[in-house]
Amino acid sequence: MSKLLKLAQAGTVESSDILITLAPADAGTGIRVELVSPTMQQYGAHIRNLITKTLVDHGIEDVLVNANDRGALDCTIKARVITALQRAGE
Amino acid sequence: MKNSIGREIPDFIPGLGKVTGFGGAFARKPVGRTVGAALSTCLPRADKRLASIETAIDAVGLKDGMTISFHHHFRNGDRILNRVVEAIAKKGIRDITLSPSSLNTVNDALIPYIEQGVITAIETSGARGKMGRFLTEGHLKKPLHIRSHGGRAQAIESGAIHIDVAFLGAPACDRYGNINGIQGQSACGSLGYAIQDAAYADQVVAITDNLMPHPLFPISIPQTQVDYIVVVDSIGDPAGIASGALRYTKDPKELLIAKYAADVMDYSGYLQQDFSMQLGSGGASMAVGRFIKTKMLERGITGSFGVGGMTGVFAEMMEEGLFKMMFDVQSFDIPAIDSIKKNSNHLEMSASYYANPHNSGAIVNNLDAVILSATEVDVDFNVNVITDSNGVIMGASGGHCDTAAGAKLTIVVAPLLRGRLPMVKDAVQTVVTPGETVDAIVTERGIAINPKRLDIIDNVKNSGLPIMSIHELKDIAYKLCGKPEAIQLSDEIVGVVEYRDGTIIDVIRRPIF
Repeated sequence: MSKLLKLAQAGTVESSDILITLAPADAGTGIRVELVSPTMQQYGAHIRNLITKTLVDHGIEDVLVNANDRGALDCTIKARVITALQRAGE
Repeated sequence: MKNSIGREIPDFIPGLGKVTGFGGAFARKPVGRTVGAALSTCLPRADKRLASIETAIDAVGLKDGMTISFHHHFRNGDRILNRVVEAIAKKGIRDITLSPSSLNTVNDALIPYIEQGVITAIETSGARGKMGRFLTEGHLKKPLHIRSHGGRAQAIESGAIHIDVAFLGAPACDRYGNINGIQGQSACGSLGYAIQDAAYADQVVAITDNLMPHPLFPISIPQTQVDYIVVVDSIGDPAGIASGALRYTKDPKELLIAKYAADVMDYSGYLQQDFSMQLGSGGASMAVGRFIKTKMLERGITGSFGVGGMTGVFAEMMEEGLFKMMFDVQSFDIPAIDSIKKNSNHLEMSASYYANPHNSGAIVNNLDAVILSATEVDVDFNVNVITDSNGVIMGASGGHCDTAAGAKLTIVVAPLLRGRLPMVKDAVQTVVTPGETVDAIVTERGIAINPKRLDIIDNVKNSGLPIMSIHELKDIAYKLCGKPEAIQLSDEIVGVVEYRDGTIIDVIRRPIF
């Protein structure tokens, strides 16, 4: 799967979680991540990279990601991205 | 210049002048004498009552550049501070130094008066909410001057703070100015911080909604210190002054931290017949009381005294005979207020008696153990309770560094992570309490004992508790959430943190948001 079929979401805005929204994007637009996080200064770059890498690992090339972080750890972020992907590809 | 804990403190700070860097918890020896209030007189049969706050501002001759003080015993129910500043602003007086014992979120209403230049300096315990952010952004003309409760008492008695006029909310005040905090609709319990201001301010204005016949009983602040009395409809909102009984937390993580802290206190050897202690009012620190109580009952021991920041939880233990007495500088909940009213062994004390390092012995010096909360701690055991991980002012110094310095055993409790942020770090954002006065850091995933406390390390080694080095504890945190990037700071100093002895332990630089 290099392209999403539909809009999909996973996660919540509870403390220590992250709400990931994936939206299909035109071919060639790449992976774009819009991130909101209370830990932007400390972990903003790291979280963007993790989301991008998780998508790349699943063969995604074009997607618009909206990530509303509430202080999630890496394992949570990865799990939410993968679940959103599964929902997007049904 | 770097101070003794390696923090870069300029010799000269704009707005404050020349400062002395922190040199160790007990390094500074006081010299000189205490200062005193201006002489005054009151003729027989004179009437101290004035018609309004506005009249009182005229009567005391308040002028540009003066320092005014307030107590914070009404917490978020306070109806005095904002009202007085509003009246001062209307008279066109400017450049006031505000010196309240602390600020609460209700005082966010003062922001416009800072913008207008009515208030150009603030010296207090800390700031929260919108005010904390506003001050962090550097809108105040001079840097916010943060002092602990003991440090403020020290500064008032040494003359570092000169209070021109104290405006003191008085829950009960008689016609000649005797005051207590336990009678009337705005009862707040102990008036510990107000006692300090009344004794040293040049002029004192009592503002009350409960004028009583002379003489009032009991007397906390005597008529000899009160110059004027203003009667208003309401000095405080009872719902904001004190909550119902503060109850133990139900959060399992906080309870685990509390249990560990009680165990550390036990194995350290300080939980003995006639021990004394103070509990902070945070969730985990207060919950330690529950586990200590169980241990006391099991072992059949009783304590000597409690210190605080008092809550009903402690009052209940005293009423059950588990403690002989309590020293109370501020009463946190309604049961504590009821207790100080009815129990003769529940004593009101001044801020100086509580925690001033430069008198002949504050009660914190007699503490066996204190349990304190923290925002962040670091591998040098330094504690931050004033700024958050983004460098924004969001807390208060309170009695944190005072009790840590005084107690034989200082336990700091904190969760290892808050959200994704590690609370045990290489270096805290702002140091309020120096690591040399902290003996143990207790988190839900591990406990670190200060390496200089070889006696405690030895006592806890076979306890079965998750004891580890502070570096191991930090590594667990960093493994879970990654090493945090440092936040970006400007060179502009928006706040200074003064240690209890009057030296500067750290400064707060404006973050680049």
